[in-house]
Formats: sequence, C-alpha cells, structure tokens
Amino acid sequence: MKYKDYYRILGVARSATVEDIKKAYRKLAHKYHPDVSKDPEGEEKFKEVAEAYETLKNPEKRAAYDQLGSYQPGQDFQPPPDWGKQFGDSHFSFEDVDLADLFAGLAAGRHRAGPGTGQIRMPGQDYEVTADISLEEAYRGTEVELNLTVPEYDAKGLLHRVPRIFKVRIPKGATDGQRLRLAGRGGKGLNGGRDGDLYLTVALRPHPLFRVSGHDLYLDLPLAPWEAVLGATVEVPTLGGPVRLKVPPNTRAGQQLRLSRRGLPKPNGKEGDLFAIAQVVIPAATSERERELFRQLAEGSTFNPRGRFQQEVKSER
Amino acid sequence: MNAEHTEAVWLTEDHELSLAELAELSGLSEAELRELVDYGAVAPIDPDSSPWVFSGKCLLTIRTACRLRISFDLEPHGVALILSLLDRIQELEAQLAALRAQLPHPTRYS
Repeated sequence: MKYKDYYRILGVARSATVEDIKKAYRKLAHKYHPDVSKDPEGEEKFKEVAEAYETLKNPEKRAAYDQLGSYQPGQDFQPPPDWGKQFGDSHFSFEDVDLADLFAGLAAGRHRAGPGTGQIRMPGQDYEVTADISLEEAYRGTEVELNLTVPEYDAKGLLHRVPRIFKVRIPKGATDGQRLRLAGRGGKGLNGGRDGDLYLTVALRPHPLFRVSGHDLYLDLPLAPWEAVLGATVEVPTLGGPVRLKVPPNTRAGQQLRLSRRGLPKPNGKEGDLFAIAQVVIPAATSERERELFRQLAEGSTFNPRGRFQQEVKSER
Repeated sequence: MNAEHTEAVWLTEDHELSLAELAELSGLSEAELRELVDYGAVAPIDPDSSPWVFSGKCLLTIRTACRLRISFDLEPHGVALILSLLDRIQELEAQLAALRAQLPHPTRYS
C-alpha cells in the first residue's frame, strides 16, 4: 500500500486541532473545488484534500491513521500486524488497496457488520467523466472509449481502485458542455440499492473552420470584392457536405448569411443553423491586368468610403 | 458493461423529471429539494402545476448543490446563493462564447 501524508496535504502539523484541520481544509477547498475553481488540476487536487480531511476530521479514523506510522509520501508500507483487528476484520490483504478506500472500507464494514443485522441499502456511486470529441463526431453521433479508475468492492467487502474501460455511445445532439446521463452505468449498488449512473460531459475539440455556439455554427466566408458587389453563388462546406450558397449583391463584410438547419443536430430532433460571415478579401498578389482594372474602377467610381469622417468633424464645430 | 443496453439521455430542457426522480438521482431528500425551490435556486417548469415537473438541466444544478453542501458544510440558503451566482457565471460564459464564435477570425487567404 502506498503511503499518503494527509497532514502534509492539508498543510497542518500532526498535532493540529480539529479546528485547524477544518480551517485548512476549507481554505484549500475554496481554491480547488471543481464547482468553483478554474484550476484545470483542481479536481484532482480537491480529491486529495477531501480524502485527507475525510480521515483527519474523524477522531477514530485519525487515530487509526496515526497508528499506521509515518512514511514518505508514495512509499510502500504495511500496516502494523494487528492493525484493523480493532475494526472487526483481521484478514485484509493490503496489496493493491488505496489508503482512502481502506478507511472508507472500515466505516462501511462496520455498518454491514454481521449477518442478520439490518443491511442498509446503498446506492452505487455515480461516475462523472468528460469525453473530448470532434465536431464531426458530434454531428453524426459516435462511440467513445473511456478509461476510468473506479472504486469497487471485492468479495471481502474491501474497496479497490480498478481500471475499467467504458464504451459509451454518444447519440447525435451533442454540443460543447452538454451532459449525458447513462442510467445504471455507475458503481454497483449494495444490498439491493440501485446502481449508480454515469454522467458524461461532452467537450468539443476546436475545428479549423467552424466555431460553435450552442447548436449553431459560424464560418468565415471569404469573398472577392467583385463577388461581394455583384453577388455570386459559392460552394460552402457544411458538416453534412458542401452546399451552394447564394451571396446577394452588395453584401457587406461582417454580414451573416444564414444556412438554415445546417448546424449541429439537437437532442429534440431539430437542428441548429450555420452562419456564414462574409469577409471581403483582396488577393495577395495582383497581375498588371488586375491592377489596370482596379485603376479604371477607381477613376470611374464616385464612392467615398470615408464620407462620414467629414460630416462628423463638421458637426463638432 | 454492455453499451447496447444502456439508455443514454441528454440532460436538457426536453428531458423532464419528477420531484421523486430528482431526489433519487441527486441524493437529496424531497424536503431538501423543496427548500431549494423555496429559495429560488431550482425552479419547476411550471411552479403552479401539481405535481411539479423539472427540466433535465435541474438535475445538474442539484447535483452541484449536493456537492457544495457536503464539501463546504453549507446551509441550504448558502447553497442557493452560490447556485444563483454559478448560474449567472454560466450565462455570461455562454454569452461570451457566442460572441467569440461570431467574431471573424483573422484570415490567411491568398
């Protein structure tokens, strides 16, 4: 079994009072709690902190923990020979047991002590995972394989962390941050309690062309100056394959052209829209003939793009 | 562990849950849930209808509430306050993401 220094994790002395421990825990929980923290490693850190607090706040568990002795964090160790006897179970194998599970197991073991004494129905644990998928996968629906380490009881009623592979079908309808509930795919319930659920959060990987907002998609649509002025029919990529889009004459840069129902499918069977944002771009290199045509345009046009500048300056006077 | 036998449900407005289902899935009691409704942290789809029906999104809010209550040892009122602030943060983040999506990105066309 690997040793964890719960005192060091909370940053308190081994002689700390319950009050000190509570204070240290609260401070760290503020910092790392996944519901309030933006720290990407917050969740892992919070788990450690919560585990340390769970043991040290309870005088019995703390005493049992102190009896284990003191080692370096991560060091392999065996509890003293009689350790655990006082908790009514003497035949533990400590080989691949996690320290946290050992203490949880002790508490649970006592609740379940002896046959015939009222067995409490315990619902299985809920698991929470995040699945990174591409926009294309969200569009079509996909199957993902998730590697999770989950606590499971062995035949002796002791908890172990076991690696498990979950195959989860993500139906179409996904967008960034959306949650899926898979009933009964969490931990097994005890004594007839219901099985836990698996909660999956979808995270969409950034796409080189499309930007996502809810189930709507945004795409930059580059247009040549003459296409913007004269109008054009252009081919536009969508997740369902290319479509032809009619750009009306006199399309301004920044104008959004809506391609109805070409966004991501929604769970209710409807679809989001795709918005093409017009951008007027100029060629990086021009030929002599092109420059000549632009010169003719410049001479023949009365267009003053900065007319408003003069107007506004006049009105200031 | 068979994927085929599991019903996957999107937790959106379209997925409706009763008070009893919410209690079972969140680990809070019905009384605690009623208290969260009283404080305005969670709202049934139609507060005047009986029995109450909740949107699937509520389940996520309530599970957050449950975690916060346990982790920070909070009163229901404190939980309700945090939930309303988290809600606002989420709303603002969604708006920010929507605006970012609409912002044209610098082009490198040639």
